Order: sequence, then structure tokens, then C-alpha cells
Amino acid sequence: MTSLDEPGAAAGPRTGPPRRRRVGTGGRGRVPLPLLLPGLVALAFLLLPLLALLVRAPWGSLPDQLSSTEVWQALQLSLVTATAATAVSLVLGVPLAWLLARTDFPGRGFLRALVTLPLVLPPVVGGVALLLALGRNGVIGKFLDSWFGITLPFTTTGVVIAEAFVAMPFLVISVEGTLRAADPRFEEAATTLGASRFTAFRRVTLPLIAPGVAAGSVLAWARALGEFGATITFAGNFPGRTQTMPLAVYLALQNDPDAAISLSLVLLAVSIAVLAGLRDRWMTGA
Amino acid sequence: MTDIDAPRTDLRKAGDEGLDAHLVVDRGSFRLDVTLTAAPGDVVALLGPNGAGKTTALRALAGLAPLTDGHLRLDGTALERTPPESRPVGVVFQDYLLFPHLSALENVAFGPRCQGVPKAEARTQAAAWLDRMGLAAHAGAKPRRLSGGQAQRVALARALATRPRLLLLDEPLAALDARTRLDVRAQLRRHLAEFEAVAVLVTHDPLDAMVLADRLVVIEHGQVVQEGTPADIARRPRTDYIAHLVGLNLYRGQAQGHTVRLDTGPAITITEDLTGPVFVAFPPSAVTLFRDRPTGASARNLWRCEVTGLETHGDQIRAALGGELPLAADLTTVAAAELELSPGAAVWATVKATQTHAYPA
Amino acid sequence: MTRSVRRTRRMLQVAGAGAAALMALSACSSSSDSDKSKDTSASSGSSASPKLSGDVTVFAAASLQESFTTLGKEFEKQHPGTKVNFNFGGSDTLAASITGGAPADVFAAASPKTMKIVTAKNDAVGTPATFVRNQLEIATLPGNPHKVASLKDLTKSGLKVVLCDKTVPCGAAAQKALDASGLKLTPASYEQDVKGALNKVELKEADAAVVYKTDVHAAGDKVAGVEFPESSKAINDYPIVLLKNAPNAEAAKAFMALVQSAEGQKVLSQAGFLKP
Repeated sequence: MTSLDEPGAAAGPRTGPPRRRRVGTGGRGRVPLPLLLPGLVALAFLLLPLLALLVRAPWGSLPDQLSSTEVWQALQLSLVTATAATAVSLVLGVPLAWLLARTDFPGRGFLRALVTLPLVLPPVVGGVALLLALGRNGVIGKFLDSWFGITLPFTTTGVVIAEAFVAMPFLVISVEGTLRAADPRFEEAATTLGASRFTAFRRVTLPLIAPGVAAGSVLAWARALGEFGATITFAGNFPGRTQTMPLAVYLALQNDPDAAISLSLVLLAVSIAVLAGLRDRWMTGA
Repeated sequence: MTDIDAPRTDLRKAGDEGLDAHLVVDRGSFRLDVTLTAAPGDVVALLGPNGAGKTTALRALAGLAPLTDGHLRLDGTALERTPPESRPVGVVFQDYLLFPHLSALENVAFGPRCQGVPKAEARTQAAAWLDRMGLAAHAGAKPRRLSGGQAQRVALARALATRPRLLLLDEPLAALDARTRLDVRAQLRRHLAEFEAVAVLVTHDPLDAMVLADRLVVIEHGQVVQEGTPADIARRPRTDYIAHLVGLNLYRGQAQGHTVRLDTGPAITITEDLTGPVFVAFPPSAVTLFRDRPTGASARNLWRCEVTGLETHGDQIRAALGGELPLAADLTTVAAAELELSPGAAVWATVKATQTHAYPA
Repeated sequence: MTRSVRRTRRMLQVAGAGAAALMALSACSSSSDSDKSKDTSASSGSSASPKLSGDVTVFAAASLQESFTTLGKEFEKQHPGTKVNFNFGGSDTLAASITGGAPADVFAAASPKTMKIVTAKNDAVGTPATFVRNQLEIATLPGNPHKVASLKDLTKSGLKVVLCDKTVPCGAAAQKALDASGLKLTPASYEQDVKGALNKVELKEADAAVVYKTDVHAAGDKVAGVEFPESSKAINDYPIVLLKNAPNAEAAKAFMALVQSAEGQKVLSQAGFLKP
């Protein structure tokens, strides 16, 4: 009886004969030239500047440049803060993405546009805006200071906030897009099985949109790792506390371009290692 | 949303078993107003054309679409305001909606887990359900590895695992191909027969409805147009849609003794002795066609018609006829050839009174 | 290595010239303009006051923005047909652009050290001349609520002080002054430039910053300036120089002369600069 059943029939009404194995047309078949050429140009465009960094790197003095503790301090701080900023973006950004994708309220379109604002804001302006909001004299920061004695500028927390501010929109947009593409009826099916809306989200929707969340997190992490303008404006620059790698690179550029190149190489190498590692473990499977 | 007629039906005693629903869903251009009752063990089929409101009714029962008005009681408990997750209702969705990231076992264990059953216990229960469905070997498979029939059974197991007092099935066989359908229909019939609470299934396929359900509720344009046992409905259709579904010629008219004068003009002679508004039905196979006016035969139930269409059904040909009395007639291909039937051809059609069936409208 | 650097620079120059030509074309002015200016630069050393024309490109330290913009307008008024283009920025960034081949006529730096980057690469003509000096000053919140009176007061605990990073001139100067006084100061932040440091005080995020007199001057009443004696130990010289590959050397020289003239010095001292 089950022998009559055909695998794949659950996928819905079938159309046409079973798919033939693609021979020749897929994989290494002909790639259309109008796609190949611009694609290669894009690749070259993206990679050439990085290649130039490698070519011009002061390989001889590299060990000296990298032996300073400040470099490792900055690198460590960068990794810690970028990861923390991504975590903050996930914890707050995924729920925001859900609200934007799954609820209906007046002005939602406008709100969605507002969410992307930090993307277009020059980061330095973002930093100033953060100071005006959360600074010691800021709209909210004033109360944080006088009620709880919390001041955010010039602290590592400030770095995380600045990075999260510019990185979160990437995550929200990515997750919201994935949520819109996901079938909301899975959530309905879960509720008919006794799951509250939150349980349905946690146990059904979240695993379904995991690839989108992962992609958004990687974008956010990468953006946070390279963050400069908002960080230096909001959190300042103090080695070990708020001096992240991009800040160290920028300041090194002021009087020692070779050191700046060395630092950039370290940042590049670490981020490539992390992203490649994540891609293999985390982004596949779904 | 207006308040739901709470005071009116407080008379019902607690402990009333089964389903008692008056579903009103108003969506501006579309209004569903359907009354449904069923005793535990009943399998009720909501049958109707696309857009009739069947699925809306199902969603209202599950709590996925809010009621505009009416009431919903299950085993004496009012559920109108209960959110879907708190209703003792299980749903098998049309395309099953098995969670793709969970194995068959985890899909089935999902409901019990949400109800607070410990993980190990929920998995044991789920394994037992899959075993009952003959799917023990596929417990670890992800839904995309399952065939259509297997997925359907996992979906059924998943819905049953929450031990619902109302089981809803939305077009349970629609996603299957014809071969699989036959088997799955037979299995589903067995599982529904074993199910001790109320089951409501939605379908547009009369065969599914008649095989699976004890009682049919036919919905058209958001309203119930007829309900009864499958046999009753097949014998006594009350709308063109149903008559067409069950393959009968159906007419409405005024009976006077053995003659029914149709609203459109012609008369049909029947065997029953009736008075007042009636339906007359007869199957297409009861119609005999002649190229020339048959002589000698009684002139009763003889109509001059014109062929408007021909359709092959296996070794039969169904002729659609227009003229005095629009009707469908079945005849063999040989007979059709002998009569040289073609669209536009003029024919005489007769039906014996003994082959008609009339019943009060 | 050096050769390839040169080559890149030349390519950049070619690109720059091309861009300039394009701009000239798109501005509908005859291309003979730029040709003429090239001719005059080639025959430099000829007698005084030739008719100046064309664009002068001046790379100047950010702290010079106000006064140089004023002087640029003055120059264009004195020499109709000329146009002064400024590129204000951190001295080090500008120096890096110049050694990288950016087409500029004049470089005015905020420190001899950054000037040395350019002269060391033989990109300058002659010896840089110090045209102004800038002295450090403490910028505090308006009204000086923390009663800061000296450099030592900045080391008081609880006071949030920002300094420029040691890699930028104002930071180096501040460090020099601190070292000279034997003071140890842990700031809240080492800002990337003097404006960043000043901004922190203007926004009241920091209680004080060590910046230039000119910056305090430019900030108006958003900050209060406190002079301190140790600042005399770290006075910053601002050198100016004509660049070797200057596209319009004649006009460039005239602009430099204006900066160093009594008129130019007046504008600069109004902005808070000291005479050299």
C-alpha cells in the first residue's frame, strides 16, 4: 500500500513529468556572458583594493607592528563588542522584525522606513544623535545619570550601543524579509496544536527563518566590526576600553600608514576566518 | 464585533456532548452563516463549491477566524472567545503544514509538548500514534522525505495526538494524486471511524464526502442549502450544484397527483402521488434518445431537444441537451454513432415515470 | 617599492589632470585657461606681478578653515579670474594625500612633524615657513563650573577630560605640556582630532578638553577657555609650503604671500592664532 505512495507527493500538486536529471545545463554548463562578465568585474572591483592592501603590506615589519599589546587589545575589544552588538541586535531586532512583518497597525510602512534610517545616516551623525539621546546631558541619558548614575559615553557599553545602532537595521531588514517570505500558516498550525503565539514563534517560526536570521546576524556582525564613526563619536577612543580596531587603524593612519595597513590586515584575516567558519557551520543546513 | 448571543442559549445544559455551532463570519462582501451540530463519533462533511465558505467555517471552528456573531459550544463549553491554542480542536490542513525542521516524530510530539507533557512521555505518545498510522519506520524522517500519503497520516497523527474533542480536516485528500488518494481515503475512513469525538471535514469532492462522512452539510454562498446522510442527498438533491455533483437531472415544479408542472413550462409524469412544490430527479442513464419521434410510445415524458454538447465518460457518452427541457443523457458510444449525434442535432428524449424520483421541495 | 609608489603617484596626477580638464570643459571655459596657467608655472622666476589666473588648490589643516576661507575670498577679490579651492582636513591625512599624488599647490600643516612627511618625500619646493603658531588652551563647560584654573586641575578625580590622540598634533602638544609639568592625566578618551575633543565639551559629555586657542575661539560661548602657563612649552608651529608638482605655482606663491602679509596675519590673529 505504501508502495503506491511516491516521495515528494506531499509537496503539493505535481506538474509535468518527473524532473529529468540535468545533464550539461547545470553546474559547469555554459554561463551566459552577460552575467559572467559583469560578475567578474564586480569580483575584481571588490577584491582589488584588498589585494592592494596585501601587496603593499609591510611584511618585513609586520611582526613588530603586531607585537604591541594595544593591537591585540583593540582586536579583542572589537570582537567582543561586535559580538555583543550582534547579540543585542538579535534580542531586540528579531522581535521588531516580527512586529513589522506579522502585525498590522497604522503607520507600519512609515515605521519600517524609520528603522532603516541608521543605514543612511552618516555614522558620525548617528554618534552625535546617540550622544544627544543617551549622553550625560542627553534626552534620556540625563535621567540614566541622575537616577542610576549610569553614563554611557566613553564606556565599552557605549561602544556596543553605537555598534548596535548602526548594525541592527541590517538584521531587522534581513529577518523581516525572511519572515514575509515564510508561510504564516505554520504559526497557525502550531496554535491549533496548543502553542501560544510566542511558543509558535520560538519553536516553529524561528527555526524556519533561521537562515535569514543567520544571514542578518553575519551582516550585522560585520557592520559592527567595521564600525568607526558612531563609535568614536559616542564612545570616544581609549585603548582597552573603547578603542576598537577601526579606531586604532584610523589613528595609526595619521602618522604611520604601514602600521595602519598591518592592523587592517589583522582585522581582515580575523573577520574572514570568523565568517568562513560560521558559513560552514551555521548558514548551511537549512 | 458584536457581542455573541450569550444569554439566548444559556438554556443548554452543561454536559451536552458534541458540537453545537452557529457560525457567523461577516467580511463585508462575503457573509458566512452556518449552523452545525454533531454528536460525538459523528463525521460531518462540509461540501460545497470553491468560495462557498467551507474553509472559513473550518477556520472559525478552529479559532483562526473570529466569529462576527453566533456561538460555538463543544461538549457544553462555550469556545467563542477561546484562542485557538486553548481549544480542544485538532486540525489537519489541506497541505498538512508539517513543520519542515522537525522529524515526523517531533511533529506529532509537538502538540503534547505544548500541553505540558514531559518530553520523553510526549515522544512515547508520538511514537505510538505513528505506529497506529503504520509509520513507525518513518518516525525520524523529515517531512520532505515523506510521500504525500505518509505526510497526510503524520498530519492526522499530529492532530489526534492532542486528543481533540473536535477534529477538523481541510480537503484532506486534495493534495494527493489519484492513485494515492484511493488508499489514503480508505485509511482515513478507518481512522475517522475509530475517532470517538466529532470530526468535521471540508471537501469539494462528493466522493470523499460520501465515503468519509456520516452526514453531509452542503454550503453554497455561505449558507447551508441541504444536509442529510450521503444516500439521502444523493437521492434527493435540492440544488443544481448537488444534482450536478451526484450526476442527476433535477427539476423543481408544482405537483398535482402524478404530474409535475415545471416552473419553466413542460410537465413530468411521476409515480408518486404528490401535491404542492416538489423536486423531480432522474439519472442521465434513465433517458432514452430517438432521432425521430417514437411512435406507439406514450406521449408522456417525451420532449423535443437539441444536442448542445457531447462528452466521453469511459465507454459512455454524456449528451447535454437543450430545448424544451434541458437535461443530461447517457448512452453508449454505439448508440451515439447510430443516432449520428452531433452538436445541433435534433432528438427526442423520453424518461419512464418509474425512473423518476419526486420529493417535496 | 619606491618606484611603484612613484608610478602610482604619476598615474594619479594624470588622472587628476584629466579630471581638471574635464571640469574645465564642462564649465564651458576655454581649455586655454589651464594651458596658460601651465605655461606661467613653467616660466616661473620671471618678473613680479604677472597676471594671475586659474585655480589654486590649498590643502590646509582643519583648524585653519575659518581664517583661510576668509583669506581665499580676499585673494579672489584681489586677483580676478582666480579661484582658491580648499581641502581642509587632519594634517596627517592631507600629507598622506599629497605624498600619494594629490594635485595640490600649497600645503599648510598644523605641525612641523606632519610637514616633514611631505618634505621627506621631496614633494615640497624650498623650506616650509612658519606662518602662525597655535597655543593650547583648556576648554571647559560654559562658566567653568568645575573651577578649572590650571593643567593640574584636570587631574582631579571625577573630572571627565578628553585629549586629542597622541598621533594628532594637538594630542602630541598636550602630552608635551603634561610631561613638562610632570603631570599624569588619564582622559576619558583620546579623540581623533581637535574638533572631536571640542565637540565632547560642547555637548557636555566631557567636562574639559585640551585644545587650541583657535578652537576655543571658534566655539564661541559654547565653551569657556582657560589659559595655562604650561602651554608655552608646547606651542605648535604651522608651516606652509609650495608643492613641487603644483599645477599653478605662480598663484600659489601669491596666496602664500597673502597669508604671511600683515593683512593675512590680522585675519589669522582674529581667529586666535599667535604671530610666528
